[in-house]
Amino acid sequence: METTASQIPILTLDDLETPPLSLGQLAWRRFKRHKPAIIGLVVLVLLVMYALGGTLFISEKYANFNDTSLRLQGPSAVHPFGTDSIGRDILARTIYGGQISLMIGLTAVIVETLLGILVGAIAGYYGGVVDSVLMRITEAMLNIPEIFLLIVMAKYFGGKIPEVDLLGRTFSGSVIVIVLIIGLTSWMYLARIVRAQFLSLKENEFVLAARATGTSNFEIIFRHILPNSIAPIVVSATLGVANAILSEAYISFLGLGVQPPTATWGNMLDGANNYLDTAPWLWFFPGILILLTVLSINFLGDGLRDALDPRSRTV
Amino acid sequence: MNGSPPLVIVDNLTKHFPVTRGIIIQRKVGAVRAVDGISFTIDQGETLGLVGESGCGKTTAGRTLLGLYPATAGTVTIDGHNIRSAKGREMLLIRRIAQMIFQDPYASLNPRWTVHSIISEPLRVHHLFKTEAERVERVQELMGLVGLSGRLINRFPHEFSGGQRQRIGVARALASDPRFIVCDEPISALDVSIQAQVVNLLEDLQDRFGLTYLFIAHDLSMVRHICDRVAVMYLGLMAELADRNELYEHPLHPYTIALLSAVPVPDPRKDRARRRIILAGDVPSPINPPSGCRFHPRCPLADQQCSDEVPEWRLAAPSHWVACHKV
Amino acid sequence: MLSTLEAGRCESMGTLLDVKDLKTRFHTPEGTVYAVNGISFHVKEGETLAVVGESGCGKSVSMLSILQLILVPPGEIAGGQALYRGVDLLKKSESEMEAIRGQEVAMIFQDPMTSLNPVLSIGRQISETLRTHKGMDQKEANRRTIELLEMVGISDPAHRLGDYPHQFSGGMRQRVMIAIALACNPSLLIADEPTTALDVTIQAQIVELVTKIRDQVHMAVIWITHDLGVVAGIADRVMVMYAGFIVEEASVVELYENPCHPYTSALLGALPRVDRRRDHRLKSIPGAPPSLLVEPHGCPFSARCEVVIDRCKTDNPLLTPVGQDHHNIACWVDINTGAPR
Ligand SMILES: Nc1ncnc2c1ncn2[C@@H]1O[C@H](COP(=O)(O)OP(=O)(O)OP(=O)(O)O)[C@@H](O)[C@H]1O
Ligand SMILES: Nc1ncnc2c1ncn2[C@@H]1O[C@H](COP(=O)(O)OP(=O)(O)OP(=O)(O)O)[C@@H](O)[C@H]1O
Ligand code: SF4
Ligand code: SF4
Ligand SMILES: [Mg+2]
Ligand SMILES: [Mg+2]
Repeated sequence: METTASQIPILTLDDLETPPLSLGQLAWRRFKRHKPAIIGLVVLVLLVMYALGGTLFISEKYANFNDTSLRLQGPSAVHPFGTDSIGRDILARTIYGGQISLMIGLTAVIVETLLGILVGAIAGYYGGVVDSVLMRITEAMLNIPEIFLLIVMAKYFGGKIPEVDLLGRTFSGSVIVIVLIIGLTSWMYLARIVRAQFLSLKENEFVLAARATGTSNFEIIFRHILPNSIAPIVVSATLGVANAILSEAYISFLGLGVQPPTATWGNMLDGANNYLDTAPWLWFFPGILILLTVLSINFLGDGLRDALDPRSRTV
Repeated sequence: MNGSPPLVIVDNLTKHFPVTRGIIIQRKVGAVRAVDGISFTIDQGETLGLVGESGCGKTTAGRTLLGLYPATAGTVTIDGHNIRSAKGREMLLIRRIAQMIFQDPYASLNPRWTVHSIISEPLRVHHLFKTEAERVERVQELMGLVGLSGRLINRFPHEFSGGQRQRIGVARALASDPRFIVCDEPISALDVSIQAQVVNLLEDLQDRFGLTYLFIAHDLSMVRHICDRVAVMYLGLMAELADRNELYEHPLHPYTIALLSAVPVPDPRKDRARRRIILAGDVPSPINPPSGCRFHPRCPLADQQCSDEVPEWRLAAPSHWVACHKV
Repeated sequence: MLSTLEAGRCESMGTLLDVKDLKTRFHTPEGTVYAVNGISFHVKEGETLAVVGESGCGKSVSMLSILQLILVPPGEIAGGQALYRGVDLLKKSESEMEAIRGQEVAMIFQDPMTSLNPVLSIGRQISETLRTHKGMDQKEANRRTIELLEMVGISDPAHRLGDYPHQFSGGMRQRVMIAIALACNPSLLIADEPTTALDVTIQAQIVELVTKIRDQVHMAVIWITHDLGVVAGIADRVMVMYAGFIVEEASVVELYENPCHPYTSALLGALPRVDRRRDHRLKSIPGAPPSLLVEPHGCPFSARCEVVIDRCKTDNPLLTPVGQDHHNIACWVDINTGAPR
């Protein structure tokens, strides 16, 4: 009855019910079955199209055009989203503001996540002196008040970065500065999470097995351990997007970031502060857009996490 | 034994883990003397059993031997390559010819990788095949060898039972055509009915490919079944090393004798008729091992000499090594 | 010892525990787990019954069910009786059970690390049991605690009362567990794999300790294990479980010398023996135990059985006597001839 080695015919490729799939392909299969994630992806794409496509119909000049006689008008046929406190069209401003906010939100999170993963992974995997040094730096960064870092960095970078042309618009270097500032001041929490994950995961026997095979440290870090610590990274990145969009308003308020009259969702929300009851459309539309962005990224993140976890139920 | 030099030569292998205090400035306050100078050789095609109680340093010995833990002292030579001085290409070559099978079939497979990725990892690392199609073919061949259907190539470890997972681990270890495999308690986590499947598989593979095994275990019955020679460890040191039947029929070291008498025999008449030596107490801590012979606090034959002098590791009979003053 | 074995140490004794048609299930998100599927067995006073079987076959769950220690939900005791001295334990209320557990029936578990409270001293944990169950005062409880620790072979017990579990080794912790279990002189001790986590030399110590105490205080023992070697040394009778069923039940000598169920016989064939030279290939049982997520029909062993016949796939055999001396098996086939019974 025993199935010995010799009795088992070696299958050819044609015999396989499915050819071997790469981990990416299998993850994509699982991702596709995750409905909320697909909805999240679609909504995010729609938001990007909204911010980019809108420019075909409305000029930036119009978005910054103010007519104080039209201030604080509710939604109407001419101004579907209403007008703000100095009479600018909110629809137009959410489109142009969206470009900046989405760009800042997404790129700042990429900077933050990459830095956090890199620092956390190296510290956790190598341990010892490397770990001590990196973690001391991380803690120091956490302990310096963020506002201080922001001011120093803005002063340092301010004016040094030339303007950039993108999507037919001219962005002042300040947008890049903001992305960098947000990214460079928010990676520490993630770094600590990733480090903790690496510290425990590297003790796993599958890591030892990889080392016994001669797998390089680079592959062990990025192909073995990192996929196993994806869940907290995704959660952190999701929160990071919302945080970055809102931080932008705060930094701009300090006079360091995107300057008026250029719109962003963050500074629109900020400007609605005094009109919470009297003109709810001022905060409602940018607020909804931020909420949609955050939710869609959240769903997307959930899907990504499940897609990368073969034990998840969605399959 | 058959003229050709041994495949694996271990000489005075030592591994101490530092015990540190303090969080920011770590001071070394002592050492876990997990492996404290062991020597043995393994011939080509042979299975050497390494047995001993939990915590006596078997796993540490196996891992240090393969260079997975940096050794504190001693030398290990595998097929003529010194594992402690090897670097770069030579190290990669050693990684190819010496492999390891792990105790825990759950923890030793990456839960996010497919069986295909897991088994083909050594193939990729050592660039053994040029195309993906060739690698797939090799993975299927390996799965067939260990008795798994090649159709399961896209499955993940959690979709397999413990015994099947251990087969995946065996297939991975075989992928790079190794000559020497350290099997660290490959069956301890498995049920009796599954243990036999894996043991038979290991024996078949050895017959087919002339593999050399270091078989770590605490199940003395299984060791007697699978090994050619057996080494008994106690608290980081070798107690006895001999041919299998010699060791089981004429054990010399008091610890080996006690260990063998403690193993229950699945035969009620025989088991109850046996004289059992019940050792008092537990294995002491490897941080402060006892002076002299490390076994002396539990040894029924111990005397003053035993607590003063470390017994020499010597040949007591042809190819029968032992470390005890009273032999 | 051999003579007591032959005579059957407990021939004349009354039945202590009589379990009838016990069924336990777990309702989980994946579906219903049919963990125990109508098992019946008994234990006589002073007798040692060994329960063997692979991991997940329902050994622990059946004993926990008897003591109503199954978490409900997800667990559910779907039927059966557990008559202890004639009284059904499954019908008792939680407070009545509390009095029985510990006093009448004590249990020790596999993992000596997690069964002790890490923040209470050893002495406190034992004397607490004595004070709640026996109503002893502190002084008396302390005296008895020292006595118990001495009995389980902990040297200098008076000075170790204040020690915490982490200061004890695995074997010593298991001894403490035994001391707690023995605190109230139970009539039945259920030992759930008490030596699985321990080394052979420590296992030998514990086995010796339990047999010694058992013979001293005339206590019945149910010893759960998957080690057929330990069973041979300690048990009077053995019951083999598979996938939530009892497949064979016999006196220990009969079971080892004349196994009649294909699973038992295969299991014994799969064992290497420390007392024998390697002259044979180990007999292996192909495949793995069935999933408990599907309602069992047919013989649970049919997928792995060497002598399976058509009937096995559809009808589940009941436990029926073969030969004499309460040797029961659940199988359609006579393993010696391969012909249907
Ligand atoms: N990474 C480590 N750091 C510090 N001490 C360690 C480490 N690994 C093992 N030890 C210690 O070294 C000793 C030997 O451990 P090892 O795991 O080699 O024992 P073993 O014989 O394999 O035991 P088991 O049978 O339980 O697997 C133990 O006391 C253990 O606590
Ligand atoms: N709380 C629970 N929820 C769901 N299923 C459970 C639960 N407890 C036990 N089971 C299932 O019941 C079955 C029997 O488990 P049990 O613990 O009795 O096995 P066992 O024979 O004691 O195994 P082991 O030798 O591993 O201790 C197993 O398949 C197990 O998965
Ligand atoms: S040297 Fe002494 S203590 Fe050690 S094993 Fe021999 S007799 Fe026992
Ligand atoms: S009933 Fe049939 S399948 Fe079940 S053990 Fe007996 S012969 Fe095998
Ligand atoms: Mg080990
Ligand atoms: Mg159990």
